[in-house]
Amino acid sequence: MKTDFNSDGVVVPAPAATQPLTGLAPGGTATVVSVEDGGPVGRRLLELGLLPGTIVRALRHAPLGDPGVYELRGYRLCLRRSETDRVVVTPGRAGEPPDA
Amino acid sequence: MASSAPIRLGLVGSPNAGKTTLFNALTGLRSRVGNYPGVTVERREGQLEVGGRRVVVVDLPGTYSLDPISSDEAVVSRVIDGQLEGVEVPEALVVVADACSLERSLMLVGQVLRRGLPTCLVLSMVDELAARGGSLDRERLEAALGIPVVEVVGHRGRGLGELRTLLGDPESWSRSEIPPPEDPYERGAWADSIWSHVVTQRAAPNARSEAIDRVVLHPVWGTALFAVVMVTFFQLIFAWAAPAMDAIDGGIAAAGEAIHTALPGSLLGAFLADGLVAGVGSVVIFLPQIVLLFALLYLLEDVGYMARAAFVVDRLMGRIGLEGRSFVALLSSYACAVPGIMATRTIPSPRDRLVTILVAPLMTCSARLPVYALLIGAFVPEQTVLGPIGLQGLVLMGLYLLGPAVALAAAAVLKRTVLPGEGLPFTMELPSYRLPTPSLWLSQVWGAAWAFLRRAGTIILAVSILLWMLLSFPQVEPEPGMDERQAAGHALAHSFAGRAGHAIEPFVEPLGFDWKIGVGLIASLAAREVIVSTLAQIYAASDEEDSLRASVRADRDPETGQPVFDPPTVAALLVFFVFALQCMSTLAIMRRETNSWRWPAFAFGYMLVLAWTMAFAANRLTAALLASST
Repeated sequence: MKTDFNSDGVVVPAPAATQPLTGLAPGGTATVVSVEDGGPVGRRLLELGLLPGTIVRALRHAPLGDPGVYELRGYRLCLRRSETDRVVVTPGRAGEPPDA
Repeated sequence: MASSAPIRLGLVGSPNAGKTTLFNALTGLRSRVGNYPGVTVERREGQLEVGGRRVVVVDLPGTYSLDPISSDEAVVSRVIDGQLEGVEVPEALVVVADACSLERSLMLVGQVLRRGLPTCLVLSMVDELAARGGSLDRERLEAALGIPVVEVVGHRGRGLGELRTLLGDPESWSRSEIPPPEDPYERGAWADSIWSHVVTQRAAPNARSEAIDRVVLHPVWGTALFAVVMVTFFQLIFAWAAPAMDAIDGGIAAAGEAIHTALPGSLLGAFLADGLVAGVGSVVIFLPQIVLLFALLYLLEDVGYMARAAFVVDRLMGRIGLEGRSFVALLSSYACAVPGIMATRTIPSPRDRLVTILVAPLMTCSARLPVYALLIGAFVPEQTVLGPIGLQGLVLMGLYLLGPAVALAAAAVLKRTVLPGEGLPFTMELPSYRLPTPSLWLSQVWGAAWAFLRRAGTIILAVSILLWMLLSFPQVEPEPGMDERQAAGHALAHSFAGRAGHAIEPFVEPLGFDWKIGVGLIASLAAREVIVSTLAQIYAASDEEDSLRASVRADRDPETGQPVFDPPTVAALLVFFVFALQCMSTLAIMRRETNSWRWPAFAFGYMLVLAWTMAFAANRLTAALLASST
């Protein structure tokens, strides 16, 4: 992987790839970047703690594939695909490389 | 030093925060249940006394946010802001938060603090936090929020003494000086700064709950467990409650006979035995089902399984706009709609709950079976269709499946028309598994049984007696030469119910029904299977089914000489019973659970229209089929 340096010679972290929370496989960890919905549902997701910088771990999906359970802020939250599609995350914990 | 006006406190918290456990621990069983105006959201108030002062605790519906996304959720903020007519504004607020998920709950705490009322924070489940190796600095939390913070273990009573003392004197509570930000992003930053300041040791994930979930939510084992639990629910109501119900039935019948023997031939004896005692029996008969259903339901809810069950079937139920807990209610209604409708109490969304209540009576309850058995046995030919499969069995199976199929369709239609969803996200918390608290569990089961007896039982008893009077008055003398059975049939034909049967004949005639079936329909409001004994009485048959079958087969229209029960009529009657809400106990329990006559009236109306239309279609279709085959 190519490493970028800024004018002071300090390493610039590569901009992390973002994806919807839906794509996070069970067992994986990601950091919330944004909630792509300014309406009531998006506001509710923020109130539930899906705020930028929050670390989310995908636990498992229901036997029929939807919804999924996610762990964040000390609790487990079930979300349907229609909700996780609106949450943009970057894999791994903020400031750390993604889990191997 | 009895103080004048009581202090009113509002209890705010997310679902699963331990709010209800705390409410019960504080107020005991002395709570009043009602509804908020205009919505089917349950309103619970309880009382306690602290140092001679009366404190009224209002248990507000569980919510994750004061920024409502549905009219039902709006109740909490409207109560706090005094915008709900006829509901007093609480003087102070008590926020309940699960200590393990305080990091999230601070968002709600921040919103509550913005309202400017005296507020205190109760941290529940501190035992689980400690068990997971987590700890918080309570004094720092108090200082950071500027309000009193109490730690409790609701089901063990720890911290309750301190909390009670605090609740008696909200005037003395310290107040937060700077309101937290309104904007969710800024409030998130505020919550994060408080959280990082007060957390001394982060709790590990709940390893025990995760290990259990690996099995309970496993694609194969989880589905199998779900199926086993659902079959158990069904068996409880359908089969395991039967011995107790038979015993009650036997006891009521014996009591009735004893009264008839003691007061032979008298009106008083008939009233006591057939009106009063039979009416009491029609109430008590539901208790075994209700107690068994709620014993299992609350046990699974308290343990944490019901949220998992909702998670497992969400994909299926989500398609018709309902959620997993509706599944339990609808399945229970397959045995009997009365406990099924009561089971909707555990459905968190009031809208989903109402839709489930409105379609539950369409499920094929066991009281329809005697009606189907009589009519199929008498009129559907005993021919085999394919191998060992007989036509009678096929018709029965078709009737059994028709109800639920239409119930699911009706739910989908109601969700889109009468009770449109408001685009609510499915955001359910999976609670940690916990051992149930026997005392809490018993009080929940008792609460359900008592609520049924007091609120629905009284209506059922009153209507039973009213129906008995309609079937018994005015009294007419038997004509000379009539035997006892003929006299009974003659009396019924001239009773108010008999006249009502004649009166509704024009409405049911297109279905092929005559006035006798009309009387049966009226009497069957007491319970569907009553139509069998009523028809027996009209036809002056003995109560044995064979005798009744022979009588109805032989019945002819006095004018045309054609059989009354021709195939189109029988088809219409069967289909009518699939759809019509012929059960006043169901109407009474709907009234109790929605706290208004509006919804039972609506359900009765839409099911009557549905039943009439479908019965008419069945009548014409059968007639057309017969005409084409001859």
